[in-house]
Amino acid sequence: MSALAPIPSGSGPSTSADRKAAGSARATTGTVVALSRRPQPRFNLKRIGLGLAQSVLPPLVVLALLVGLWQVLCSAPDASLPSPATVWEQSRDLIVSPFFDNGSQDIGLGWRVLVSLQRVAYGFGLAAIAGILVGAVIGQSVWAMRGLDPIFQVLRTVPPLAWLPLSLAAFQQANPSAIFVIFITSIWPVIINTAVGVRNIPADYRNVAEVLRLNQIEFFFKIMLPAASPYIFTGLRIGVGLSWLAIVAAEMLTGGVGIGFFIWDAWNSSRLPDIIVALVYIGVVGFILDKLVAFAARIITRGAATN
Amino acid sequence: MTAYLKLDHIDKHFDRAGARTEVLKGINLTIDKGEFVSIIGHSGCGKSTMLNLIAGLTKVSAGAVLLENREVNAPGPERAVVFQNHSLLPWLTVYDNVNLAVSKVFGSKKTKAERHDWVMHNLDLVQMAHAGDKRPAEISGGMKQRVGIARALSMEPKILLLDEPFGALDALTRAHLQDAVMEIHARLGNTMVMITHDVDEAVLLSDRIVMMTNGPAARIGEVLSVPIPRPRDRIALAADRTYLKCREAVLKFLYERHRFVEAAE
Repeated sequence: MSALAPIPSGSGPSTSADRKAAGSARATTGTVVALSRRPQPRFNLKRIGLGLAQSVLPPLVVLALLVGLWQVLCSAPDASLPSPATVWEQSRDLIVSPFFDNGSQDIGLGWRVLVSLQRVAYGFGLAAIAGILVGAVIGQSVWAMRGLDPIFQVLRTVPPLAWLPLSLAAFQQANPSAIFVIFITSIWPVIINTAVGVRNIPADYRNVAEVLRLNQIEFFFKIMLPAASPYIFTGLRIGVGLSWLAIVAAEMLTGGVGIGFFIWDAWNSSRLPDIIVALVYIGVVGFILDKLVAFAARIITRGAATN
Repeated sequence: MTAYLKLDHIDKHFDRAGARTEVLKGINLTIDKGEFVSIIGHSGCGKSTMLNLIAGLTKVSAGAVLLENREVNAPGPERAVVFQNHSLLPWLTVYDNVNLAVSKVFGSKKTKAERHDWVMHNLDLVQMAHAGDKRPAEISGGMKQRVGIARALSMEPKILLLDEPFGALDALTRAHLQDAVMEIHARLGNTMVMITHDVDEAVLLSDRIVMMTNGPAARIGEVLSVPIPRPRDRIALAADRTYLKCREAVLKFLYERHRFVEAAE
Protein backbone atom coordinates (compact mmCIF):
# COMPACT_ATOMS: atom_id res chain seq x y z
CA MET A 1 0.00 0.00 0.00
CA SER A 2 3.02 2.26 0.26
CA ALA A 3 3.69 3.00 -3.39
CA LEU A 4 1.89 6.15 -4.38
CA ALA A 5 1.56 5.12 -7.98
CA PRO A 6 -1.54 7.02 -8.99
CA ILE A 7 -4.30 4.59 -9.68
CA PRO A 8 -6.29 5.95 -12.62
CA SER A 9 -8.72 8.35 -11.05
CA GLY A 10 -12.36 7.44 -11.28
CA SER A 11 -13.73 9.37 -14.23
CA GLY A 12 -16.72 7.17 -14.67
CA PRO A 13 -15.86 3.55 -13.92
CA SER A 14 -18.18 1.63 -11.70
CA THR A 15 -17.18 0.42 -8.24
CA SER A 16 -16.40 -3.07 -9.42
CA ALA A 17 -14.26 -1.83 -12.30
CA ASP A 18 -12.32 0.27 -9.79
CA ARG A 19 -11.81 -2.64 -7.54
CA LYS A 20 -10.49 -4.63 -10.46
CA ALA A 21 -8.08 -1.81 -11.30
CA ALA A 22 -6.89 -1.67 -7.72
CA GLY A 23 -6.53 -5.43 -7.67
CA SER A 24 -4.43 -5.54 -10.81
CA ALA A 25 -2.29 -2.67 -9.53
CA ARG A 26 -1.60 -4.67 -6.42
CA ALA A 27 -0.87 -7.79 -8.45
CA THR A 28 2.09 -6.09 -10.08
CA THR A 29 3.76 -5.38 -6.77
CA GLY A 30 3.16 -8.59 -4.87
CA THR A 31 2.54 -12.25 -5.43
CA VAL A 32 -1.03 -13.33 -5.63
CA VAL A 33 -1.85 -15.97 -3.10
CA ALA A 34 -4.62 -18.21 -4.26
CA LEU A 35 -7.03 -18.66 -1.40
CA SER A 36 -8.25 -22.18 -0.93
CA ARG A 37 -11.91 -22.48 -1.75
CA ARG A 38 -14.15 -21.89 1.17
CA PRO A 39 -15.24 -25.28 2.53
CA GLN A 40 -18.74 -26.07 1.39
CA PRO A 41 -21.16 -25.83 4.26
CA ARG A 42 -22.01 -29.50 4.23
CA PHE A 43 -25.23 -30.69 5.77
CA ASN A 44 -23.72 -32.23 8.85
CA LEU A 45 -26.45 -34.29 10.49
CA LYS A 46 -24.33 -35.24 13.43
CA ARG A 47 -23.41 -31.68 14.36
CA ILE A 48 -26.95 -30.37 13.91
CA GLY A 49 -28.28 -33.22 15.98
CA LEU A 50 -25.76 -32.49 18.73
CA GLY A 51 -26.62 -28.78 18.71
CA LEU A 52 -30.32 -29.55 18.97
CA ALA A 53 -29.71 -31.99 21.76
CA GLN A 54 -27.69 -29.43 23.70
CA SER A 55 -30.20 -26.59 23.42
CA VAL A 56 -33.54 -28.39 23.30
CA LEU A 57 -33.11 -31.46 25.40
CA PRO A 58 -32.39 -29.87 28.81
CA PRO A 59 -35.51 -27.66 28.86
CA LEU A 60 -37.62 -30.60 27.61
CA VAL A 61 -36.37 -32.81 30.42
CA VAL A 62 -37.03 -30.14 33.03
CA LEU A 63 -40.47 -29.50 31.54
CA ALA A 64 -41.33 -33.18 31.69
CA LEU A 65 -40.22 -33.34 35.32
CA LEU A 66 -42.28 -30.27 36.24
CA VAL A 67 -45.38 -31.59 34.47
CA GLY A 68 -44.89 -34.92 36.22
CA LEU A 69 -44.62 -33.21 39.61
CA TRP A 70 -47.70 -31.12 38.82
CA GLN A 71 -49.61 -34.27 37.85
CA VAL A 72 -48.66 -35.93 41.13
CA LEU A 73 -49.57 -32.89 43.22
CA CYS A 74 -52.93 -32.23 41.54
CA SER A 75 -54.20 -35.74 40.92
CA ALA A 76 -55.91 -36.07 44.28
CA PRO A 77 -59.72 -36.01 43.85
CA ASP A 78 -60.06 -32.93 46.09
CA ALA A 79 -57.21 -30.93 44.45
CA SER A 80 -58.09 -27.26 43.97
CA LEU A 81 -56.19 -26.96 40.66
CA PRO A 82 -56.56 -29.16 37.57
CA SER A 83 -53.82 -31.66 36.76
CA PRO A 84 -52.17 -31.76 33.29
CA ALA A 85 -54.29 -34.75 32.37
CA THR A 86 -57.45 -32.83 33.25
CA VAL A 87 -56.29 -29.84 31.23
CA TRP A 88 -55.70 -32.03 28.20
CA GLU A 89 -59.09 -33.72 28.64
CA GLN A 90 -61.19 -30.61 29.09
CA SER A 91 -59.42 -28.06 26.89
CA ARG A 92 -58.20 -30.21 24.05
CA ASP A 93 -59.96 -28.09 21.41
CA LEU A 94 -58.12 -24.97 22.62
CA ILE A 95 -54.75 -26.72 22.55
CA VAL A 96 -54.94 -28.56 19.24
CA SER A 97 -56.77 -25.99 17.08
CA PRO A 98 -55.88 -22.37 17.83
CA PHE A 99 -57.89 -20.99 14.92
CA PHE A 100 -61.41 -22.46 15.12
CA ASP A 101 -64.29 -20.04 14.87
CA ASN A 102 -67.75 -21.02 16.13
CA GLY A 103 -69.16 -17.51 16.41
CA SER A 104 -68.94 -14.57 18.82
CA GLN A 105 -67.18 -15.74 22.01
CA ASP A 106 -66.43 -19.33 20.98
CA ILE A 107 -63.22 -18.84 19.01
CA GLY A 108 -59.71 -20.28 19.13
CA LEU A 109 -57.03 -18.74 21.32
CA GLY A 110 -55.01 -17.91 18.21
CA TRP A 111 -57.67 -15.39 17.18
CA ARG A 112 -57.75 -13.91 20.65
CA VAL A 113 -53.98 -13.55 20.73
CA LEU A 114 -54.10 -11.83 17.35
CA VAL A 115 -56.66 -9.32 18.63
CA SER A 116 -54.47 -8.60 21.65
CA LEU A 117 -51.41 -8.32 19.43
CA GLN A 118 -53.21 -5.81 17.28
CA ARG A 119 -53.85 -3.60 20.31
CA VAL A 120 -50.22 -3.99 21.34
CA ALA A 121 -49.14 -3.09 17.82
CA TYR A 122 -51.08 0.19 17.95
CA GLY A 123 -50.14 1.12 21.49
CA PHE A 124 -46.53 0.04 21.29
CA GLY A 125 -46.07 1.47 17.79
CA LEU A 126 -47.26 4.88 18.97
CA ALA A 127 -45.12 4.60 22.10
CA ALA A 128 -42.04 3.75 20.01
CA ILE A 129 -42.46 6.74 17.70
CA ALA A 130 -43.37 9.21 20.42
CA GLY A 131 -40.80 7.79 22.82
CA ILE A 132 -37.93 8.08 20.35
CA LEU A 133 -38.88 11.65 19.44
CA VAL A 134 -39.31 12.81 23.04
CA GLY A 135 -36.20 10.91 24.10
CA ALA A 136 -34.21 12.59 21.33
CA VAL A 137 -35.33 16.04 22.52
CA ILE A 138 -34.47 15.22 26.12
CA GLY A 139 -31.10 13.80 25.13
CA GLN A 140 -30.26 16.87 23.06
CA SER A 141 -31.39 19.61 25.40
CA VAL A 142 -30.11 20.04 28.92
CA TRP A 143 -33.14 22.13 29.87
CA ALA A 144 -35.67 19.65 28.51
CA MET A 145 -33.80 17.03 30.50
CA ARG A 146 -33.90 19.05 33.71
CA GLY A 147 -37.56 19.89 33.28
CA LEU A 148 -38.95 16.58 32.10
CA ASP A 149 -36.80 13.88 33.60
CA PRO A 150 -38.04 14.15 37.22
CA ILE A 151 -41.65 14.12 36.03
CA PHE A 152 -41.05 11.07 33.87
CA GLN A 153 -39.30 9.29 36.69
CA VAL A 154 -42.44 9.72 38.81
CA LEU A 155 -44.91 8.85 36.05
CA ARG A 156 -43.12 5.70 34.99
CA THR A 157 -43.68 4.12 38.41
CA VAL A 158 -47.46 4.36 38.05
CA PRO A 159 -48.77 0.80 37.47
CA PRO A 160 -50.43 0.27 34.07
CA LEU A 161 -53.89 -0.46 35.44
CA ALA A 162 -53.92 2.73 37.49
CA TRP A 163 -54.19 4.61 34.19
CA LEU A 164 -57.22 2.63 33.06
CA PRO A 165 -60.05 4.50 34.84
CA LEU A 166 -58.78 7.87 33.60
CA SER A 167 -58.30 6.40 30.17
CA LEU A 168 -61.86 5.02 30.10
CA ALA A 169 -63.20 8.37 31.23
CA ALA A 170 -61.27 10.19 28.54
CA PHE A 171 -61.91 7.88 25.57
CA GLN A 172 -65.36 6.51 26.60
CA GLN A 173 -64.57 3.28 24.75
CA ALA A 174 -62.81 0.07 25.69
CA ASN A 175 -60.51 -0.36 22.72
CA PRO A 176 -58.81 3.05 22.63
CA SER A 177 -58.52 2.90 26.42
CA ALA A 178 -56.67 -0.41 26.27
CA ILE A 179 -54.40 0.97 23.55
CA PHE A 180 -53.71 4.04 25.66
CA VAL A 181 -52.75 1.88 28.63
CA ILE A 182 -50.27 0.01 26.41
CA PHE A 183 -48.92 3.30 25.15
CA ILE A 184 -48.45 4.88 28.56
CA THR A 185 -46.88 1.72 29.96
CA SER A 186 -44.32 1.12 27.28
CA ILE A 187 -43.29 4.68 26.45
CA TRP A 188 -41.10 5.35 29.52
CA PRO A 189 -38.29 2.88 28.88
CA VAL A 190 -38.21 4.03 25.24
CA ILE A 191 -37.92 7.70 26.25
CA ILE A 192 -35.34 7.12 28.94
CA ASN A 193 -33.12 4.79 26.90
CA THR A 194 -33.28 6.99 23.82
CA ALA A 195 -32.31 10.02 25.90
CA VAL A 196 -29.33 8.17 27.36
CA GLY A 197 -28.31 6.96 23.89
CA VAL A 198 -28.51 10.46 22.42
CA ARG A 199 -26.52 11.94 25.29
CA ASN A 200 -23.82 9.31 24.71
CA ILE A 201 -23.32 10.14 21.03
CA PRO A 202 -19.57 10.72 20.77
CA ALA A 203 -18.54 14.36 20.41
CA ASP A 204 -16.65 13.33 17.26
CA TYR A 205 -19.85 12.48 15.43
CA ARG A 206 -21.34 15.81 16.46
CA ASN A 207 -18.25 17.58 15.17
CA VAL A 208 -18.53 15.75 11.85
CA ALA A 209 -22.15 16.85 11.63
CA GLU A 210 -21.19 20.44 12.42
CA VAL A 211 -18.41 20.59 9.85
CA LEU A 212 -20.83 19.19 7.26
CA ARG A 213 -23.50 21.65 8.44
CA LEU A 214 -26.13 18.93 8.72
CA ASN A 215 -29.48 20.44 9.67
CA GLN A 216 -31.61 19.13 12.53
CA ILE A 217 -33.51 16.62 10.41
CA GLU A 218 -30.41 15.31 8.65
CA PHE A 219 -28.67 15.04 12.01
CA PHE A 220 -31.60 13.10 13.46
CA PHE A 221 -31.73 10.53 10.67
CA LYS A 222 -28.06 10.29 9.69
CA ILE A 223 -26.28 10.56 13.03
CA MET A 224 -28.62 10.40 15.99
CA LEU A 225 -30.80 7.40 15.12
CA PRO A 226 -27.97 5.10 14.03
CA ALA A 227 -25.63 6.19 16.82
CA ALA A 228 -28.26 5.74 19.53
CA SER A 229 -29.90 2.66 18.02
CA PRO A 230 -28.38 0.13 20.47
CA TYR A 231 -29.85 2.13 23.37
CA ILE A 232 -33.13 2.69 21.57
CA PHE A 233 -33.56 -1.03 20.99
CA THR A 234 -32.88 -1.78 24.64
CA GLY A 235 -35.75 0.56 25.44
CA LEU A 236 -37.99 -0.99 22.80
CA ARG A 237 -37.30 -4.47 24.13
CA ILE A 238 -38.23 -3.52 27.67
CA GLY A 239 -41.22 -1.63 26.29
CA VAL A 240 -42.63 -4.53 24.30
CA GLY A 241 -42.37 -6.77 27.36
CA LEU A 242 -44.24 -4.23 29.46
CA SER A 243 -46.96 -3.79 26.85
CA TRP A 244 -47.61 -7.52 26.76
CA LEU A 245 -47.87 -7.48 30.54
CA ALA A 246 -50.26 -4.56 30.44
CA ILE A 247 -52.55 -5.77 27.65
CA VAL A 248 -53.61 -8.89 29.52
CA ALA A 249 -54.45 -6.89 32.63
CA ALA A 250 -56.20 -4.17 30.66
CA GLU A 251 -58.32 -6.63 28.67
CA MET A 252 -59.44 -8.35 31.86
CA LEU A 253 -61.14 -5.11 32.80
CA THR A 254 -62.25 -3.76 29.42
CA GLY A 255 -63.67 -6.96 27.93
CA GLY A 256 -63.83 -7.68 24.22
CA VAL A 257 -62.18 -10.52 22.39
CA GLY A 258 -58.57 -10.45 23.61
CA ILE A 259 -56.70 -13.15 25.48
CA GLY A 260 -56.90 -11.17 28.74
CA PHE A 261 -60.67 -11.10 28.68
CA PHE A 262 -60.71 -14.81 27.87
CA ILE A 263 -58.93 -15.52 31.17
CA TRP A 264 -61.37 -13.37 33.09
CA ASP A 265 -64.32 -15.03 31.35
CA ALA A 266 -62.90 -18.50 32.05
CA TRP A 267 -62.49 -17.60 35.71
CA ASN A 268 -66.08 -16.41 35.94
CA SER A 269 -67.31 -19.65 34.46
CA SER A 270 -64.88 -21.80 36.49
CA ARG A 271 -62.99 -23.19 33.51
CA LEU A 272 -59.59 -23.46 35.20
CA PRO A 273 -58.04 -25.74 32.52
CA ASP A 274 -58.76 -23.06 29.89
CA ILE A 275 -56.90 -20.50 31.99
CA ILE A 276 -53.85 -22.71 32.13
CA VAL A 277 -53.85 -23.11 28.35
CA ALA A 278 -54.22 -19.33 27.96
CA LEU A 279 -51.25 -18.77 30.28
CA VAL A 280 -49.10 -20.95 28.08
CA TYR A 281 -50.20 -19.00 25.01
CA ILE A 282 -49.39 -15.68 26.69
CA GLY A 283 -45.98 -16.89 27.79
CA VAL A 284 -45.05 -18.23 24.37
CA VAL A 285 -46.25 -15.10 22.55
CA GLY A 286 -44.40 -12.81 24.99
CA PHE A 287 -41.27 -14.84 24.45
CA ILE A 288 -41.63 -14.56 20.67
CA LEU A 289 -42.25 -10.78 20.87
CA ASP A 290 -39.09 -10.31 22.91
CA LYS A 291 -37.04 -12.41 20.50
CA LEU A 292 -38.48 -10.52 17.51
CA VAL A 293 -37.37 -7.15 18.88
CA ALA A 294 -33.98 -8.59 19.83
CA PHE A 295 -33.63 -10.00 16.32
CA ALA A 296 -34.56 -6.67 14.72
CA ALA A 297 -32.03 -4.98 16.97
CA ARG A 298 -29.31 -7.39 15.90
CA ILE A 299 -30.03 -6.80 12.23
CA ILE A 300 -30.39 -3.02 12.43
CA THR A 301 -27.62 -2.12 14.88
CA ARG A 302 -25.07 -4.42 13.27
CA GLY A 303 -22.81 -1.55 12.26
CA ALA A 304 -23.52 0.84 15.09
CA ALA A 305 -21.14 -0.60 17.63
CA THR A 306 -18.43 1.98 18.18
CA ASN A 307 -14.96 0.94 17.15
CA MET B 1 0.07 38.65 -1.05
CA THR B 2 -2.74 39.16 1.40
CA ALA B 3 -3.19 36.59 4.10
CA TYR B 4 -5.45 33.69 3.19
CA LEU B 5 -6.17 32.69 6.75
CA LYS B 6 -5.60 35.17 9.54
CA LEU B 7 -5.81 34.67 13.28
CA ASP B 8 -6.20 38.17 14.62
CA HIS B 9 -5.44 38.83 18.31
CA ILE B 10 -7.23 35.73 19.50
CA ASP B 11 -7.80 35.01 23.18
CA LYS B 12 -9.54 31.92 24.39
CA HIS B 13 -10.61 31.10 27.90
CA PHE B 14 -13.01 28.60 29.36
CA ASP B 15 -15.25 29.51 32.29
CA ARG B 16 -16.10 26.56 34.42
CA ALA B 17 -17.76 26.69 37.83
CA GLY B 18 -16.81 30.33 38.29
CA ALA B 19 -13.13 29.69 37.62
CA ARG B 20 -11.57 31.02 34.43
CA THR B 21 -8.91 29.04 32.59
CA GLU B 22 -6.88 31.01 30.09
CA VAL B 23 -5.98 28.70 27.23
CA LEU B 24 -4.69 30.94 24.46
CA LYS B 25 -3.54 34.55 24.74
CA GLY B 26 -2.82 37.03 21.97
CA ILE B 27 -2.56 34.63 19.04
CA ASN B 28 -1.57 36.33 15.76
CA LEU B 29 -0.87 34.23 12.72
CA THR B 30 -1.26 34.59 9.00
CA ILE B 31 -1.19 31.67 6.62
CA ASP B 32 -0.82 31.98 2.85
CA LYS B 33 -2.73 30.06 0.26
CA GLY B 34 -1.19 26.68 -0.45
CA GLU B 35 0.98 26.79 2.63
CA PHE B 36 1.50 23.80 4.93
CA VAL B 37 1.72 24.97 8.52
CA SER B 38 2.27 22.75 11.56
CA ILE B 39 1.41 23.73 15.08
CA ILE B 40 3.58 22.00 17.64
CA GLY B 41 3.71 22.16 21.43
CA HIS B 42 3.53 20.06 24.54
CA SER B 43 0.22 18.52 25.51
CA GLY B 44 -2.12 20.97 27.18
CA CYS B 45 -0.70 23.95 25.32
CA GLY B 46 -3.99 24.59 23.56
CA LYS B 47 -2.94 23.55 20.07
CA SER B 48 -6.05 21.47 19.58
CA THR B 49 -8.11 24.40 20.85
CA MET B 50 -6.43 26.54 18.22
CA LEU B 51 -7.43 24.11 15.49
CA ASN B 52 -10.99 23.99 16.82
CA LEU B 53 -11.09 27.79 16.72
CA ILE B 54 -10.09 27.77 13.06
CA ALA B 55 -12.61 25.01 12.37
CA GLY B 56 -15.27 27.03 14.20
CA LEU B 57 -16.05 24.14 16.54
CA THR B 58 -15.01 26.37 19.45
CA LYS B 59 -15.81 30.08 19.65
CA VAL B 60 -13.10 32.66 20.23
CA SER B 61 -13.28 34.71 23.44
CA ALA B 62 -11.70 37.74 21.78
CA GLY B 63 -10.25 38.50 18.37
CA ALA B 64 -11.27 36.89 15.12
CA VAL B 65 -10.49 34.18 12.61
CA LEU B 66 -10.51 35.60 9.09
CA LEU B 67 -10.61 33.46 5.96
CA GLU B 68 -10.09 35.53 2.80
CA ASN B 69 -10.80 38.63 4.92
CA ARG B 70 -14.19 37.31 6.04
CA GLU B 71 -14.76 36.42 9.67
CA VAL B 72 -15.64 32.78 10.30
CA ASN B 73 -17.18 31.75 13.61
CA ALA B 74 -19.12 28.60 12.78
CA PRO B 75 -17.99 25.27 11.36
CA GLY B 76 -18.30 24.66 7.66
CA PRO B 77 -17.10 22.34 4.92
CA GLU B 78 -14.67 24.93 3.51
CA ARG B 79 -12.57 24.24 6.63
CA ALA B 80 -12.66 20.45 6.62
CA VAL B 81 -11.21 18.63 9.61
CA VAL B 82 -9.34 15.34 9.69
CA PHE B 83 -10.01 14.22 13.23
CA GLN B 84 -7.46 12.59 15.47
CA ASN B 85 -9.39 9.34 15.75
CA HIS B 86 -10.76 9.37 12.19
CA SER B 87 -14.40 9.86 13.37
CA LEU B 88 -15.81 7.71 10.61
CA LEU B 89 -19.42 6.75 11.18
CA PRO B 90 -19.23 3.04 11.97
CA TRP B 91 -22.66 2.18 10.56
CA LEU B 92 -21.76 3.49 7.09
CA THR B 93 -19.43 1.86 4.59
CA VAL B 94 -16.25 3.62 3.54
CA TYR B 95 -18.00 4.76 0.37
CA ASP B 96 -21.04 6.04 2.26
CA ASN B 97 -18.90 7.91 4.77
CA VAL B 98 -17.33 9.92 1.97
CA ASN B 99 -20.62 10.09 0.09
CA LEU B 100 -22.33 11.66 3.12
CA ALA B 101 -19.94 14.60 2.84
CA VAL B 102 -20.13 14.76 -0.95
CA SER B 103 -23.91 14.69 -1.15
CA LYS B 104 -24.18 17.33 1.58
CA VAL B 105 -21.64 19.70 0.02
CA PHE B 106 -22.33 19.05 -3.66
CA GLY B 107 -25.91 17.77 -3.46
CA SER B 108 -27.27 20.55 -5.64
CA LYS B 109 -24.20 21.25 -7.74
CA LYS B 110 -23.38 17.81 -9.10
CA THR B 111 -25.49 15.08 -10.64
CA LYS B 112 -25.66 11.67 -9.01
CA ALA B 113 -23.13 10.21 -11.44
CA GLU B 114 -20.77 13.13 -10.90
CA ARG B 115 -21.05 12.69 -7.14
CA HIS B 116 -20.23 9.00 -7.47
CA ASP B 117 -17.18 9.82 -9.60
CA TRP B 118 -16.10 12.44 -7.08
CA VAL B 119 -16.36 9.98 -4.17
CA MET B 120 -14.33 7.40 -6.09
CA HIS B 121 -11.82 10.05 -7.14
CA ASN B 122 -11.19 11.04 -3.54
CA LEU B 123 -10.96 7.44 -2.38
CA ASP B 124 -8.45 6.94 -5.18
CA LEU B 125 -6.38 9.87 -3.90
CA VAL B 126 -5.83 7.99 -0.63
CA GLN B 127 -5.74 4.60 -2.38
CA MET B 128 -8.85 3.31 -0.67
CA ALA B 129 -11.06 2.84 -3.74
CA HIS B 130 -10.80 -0.91 -3.35
CA ALA B 131 -12.38 -0.84 0.12
CA GLY B 132 -15.50 1.16 -0.67
CA ASP B 133 -17.86 -1.58 0.51
CA LYS B 134 -16.08 -2.20 3.81
CA ARG B 135 -17.22 -0.82 7.13
CA PRO B 136 -14.73 1.12 9.29
CA ALA B 137 -14.52 -1.79 11.74
CA GLU B 138 -13.22 -4.03 8.97
CA ILE B 139 -10.20 -1.92 7.97
CA SER B 140 -6.98 -1.02 9.78
CA GLY B 141 -6.31 2.19 11.70
CA GLY B 142 -4.17 3.61 8.92
CA MET B 143 -6.85 2.87 6.35
CA LYS B 144 -9.48 4.54 8.51
CA GLN B 145 -7.36 7.66 8.69
CA ARG B 146 -6.94 7.55 4.89
CA VAL B 147 -10.72 7.47 4.53
CA GLY B 148 -10.94 10.35 7.03
CA ILE B 149 -8.59 12.33 4.79
CA ALA B 150 -10.60 11.38 1.70
CA ARG B 151 -13.78 12.56 3.39
CA ALA B 152 -12.20 15.89 4.27
CA LEU B 153 -10.70 16.33 0.78
CA SER B 154 -14.03 15.49 -0.85
CA MET B 155 -15.53 18.67 0.62
CA GLU B 156 -13.06 20.63 -1.55
CA PRO B 157 -12.04 22.67 1.48
CA LYS B 158 -10.25 25.99 1.26
CA ILE B 159 -8.27 24.83 4.26
CA LEU B 160 -7.65 21.29 5.40
CA LEU B 161 -7.26 21.05 9.16
CA LEU B 162 -5.47 17.99 10.50
CA ASP B 163 -5.76 17.33 14.23
CA GLU B 164 -2.85 15.04 15.12
CA PRO B 165 -3.95 12.87 12.22
CA PHE B 166 -1.28 10.23 12.68
CA GLY B 167 -1.04 10.25 16.45
CA ALA B 168 -2.74 6.90 16.97
CA LEU B 169 -0.81 5.03 14.26
CA ASP B 170 2.33 2.91 14.38
CA ALA B 171 5.55 4.39 12.98
CA LEU B 172 5.50 2.61 9.61
CA THR B 173 1.86 3.35 8.86
CA ARG B 174 2.48 6.90 9.96
CA ALA B 175 5.33 7.30 7.46
CA HIS B 176 3.14 5.98 4.64
CA LEU B 177 0.39 8.42 5.51
CA GLN B 178 2.81 11.34 5.79
CA ASP B 179 3.98 10.53 2.28
CA ALA B 180 0.38 10.34 1.14
CA VAL B 181 -0.38 13.76 2.63
CA MET B 182 2.75 15.29 1.03
CA GLU B 183 1.74 13.83 -2.29
CA ILE B 184 -1.80 15.21 -2.00
CA HIS B 185 -0.46 18.61 -0.95
CA ALA B 186 1.83 18.64 -3.97
CA ARG B 187 -0.90 17.54 -6.33
CA LEU B 188 -3.79 19.69 -5.14
CA GLY B 189 -1.91 22.60 -3.56
CA ASN B 190 -4.30 22.76 -0.58
CA THR B 191 -3.69 25.01 2.35
CA MET B 192 -3.14 22.70 5.30
CA VAL B 193 -2.85 23.31 9.02
CA MET B 194 -1.70 20.35 11.07
CA ILE B 195 -1.49 19.83 14.81
CA THR B 196 1.31 17.53 15.86
CA HIS B 197 3.62 16.70 18.72
CA ASP B 198 6.11 14.89 16.51
CA VAL B 199 9.15 17.02 15.65
CA ASP B 200 10.21 14.97 12.62
CA GLU B 201 6.73 14.99 11.22
CA ALA B 202 6.51 18.76 11.60
CA VAL B 203 9.85 19.39 9.84
CA LEU B 204 9.20 16.89 7.09
CA LEU B 205 5.78 18.16 6.11
CA SER B 206 5.73 21.87 6.86
CA ASP B 207 6.60 25.10 5.17
CA ARG B 208 6.41 26.76 8.55
CA ILE B 209 6.28 25.42 12.08
CA VAL B 210 4.37 27.35 14.73
CA MET B 211 5.76 26.56 18.18
CA MET B 212 3.52 27.10 21.17
CA THR B 213 4.63 27.97 24.68
CA ASN B 214 3.23 25.97 27.55
CA GLY B 215 -0.20 26.72 28.93
CA PRO B 216 -2.07 28.15 30.68
CA ALA B 217 -2.41 31.25 28.50
CA ALA B 218 -0.23 29.76 25.78
CA ARG B 219 1.23 32.06 23.12
CA ILE B 220 2.97 31.49 19.83
CA GLY B 221 6.58 31.27 20.97
CA GLU B 222 8.30 31.18 17.64
CA VAL B 223 7.54 30.55 13.98
CA LEU B 224 10.19 28.60 12.08
CA SER B 225 10.41 28.51 8.29
CA VAL B 226 11.53 25.22 6.80
CA PRO B 227 13.35 26.15 3.59
CA ILE B 228 13.63 22.64 2.20
CA PRO B 229 12.61 22.31 -1.46
CA ARG B 230 9.76 19.99 -2.40
CA PRO B 231 9.27 17.20 -3.19
CA ARG B 232 10.89 16.01 -0.01
CA ASP B 233 12.24 12.55 0.53
CA ARG B 234 12.51 11.31 4.08
CA ILE B 235 15.59 9.18 3.42
CA ALA B 236 17.54 11.92 1.66
CA LEU B 237 16.53 14.38 4.37
CA ALA B 238 17.86 12.22 7.19
CA ALA B 239 21.34 13.66 6.54
CA ASP B 240 20.28 17.04 5.13
CA ARG B 241 21.86 20.02 6.94
CA THR B 242 18.83 22.27 6.71
CA TYR B 243 16.58 19.48 7.93
CA LEU B 244 18.82 18.77 10.91
CA LYS B 245 19.08 22.46 11.75
CA CYS B 246 15.31 22.91 11.69
CA ARG B 247 14.86 19.79 13.74
CA GLU B 248 17.37 21.03 16.30
CA ALA B 249 15.68 24.42 16.47
CA VAL B 250 12.31 22.83 17.27
CA LEU B 251 13.84 20.43 19.78
CA LYS B 252 15.64 23.27 21.52
CA PHE B 253 12.46 25.28 21.72
CA LEU B 254 10.47 22.40 23.13
CA TYR B 255 12.99 20.85 25.50
CA GLU B 256 15.27 23.72 26.58
CA ARG B 257 13.31 26.92 26.62
CA HIS B 258 9.80 25.58 27.10
CA ARG B 259 10.31 22.32 28.88
CA PHE B 260 7.05 20.65 29.76
CA VAL B 261 6.31 20.83 33.48
CA GLU B 262 3.82 18.24 34.56
CA ALA B 263 2.87 20.10 37.75
CA ALA B 264 2.00 23.28 35.89
CA GLU B 265 -1.70 22.43 35.79
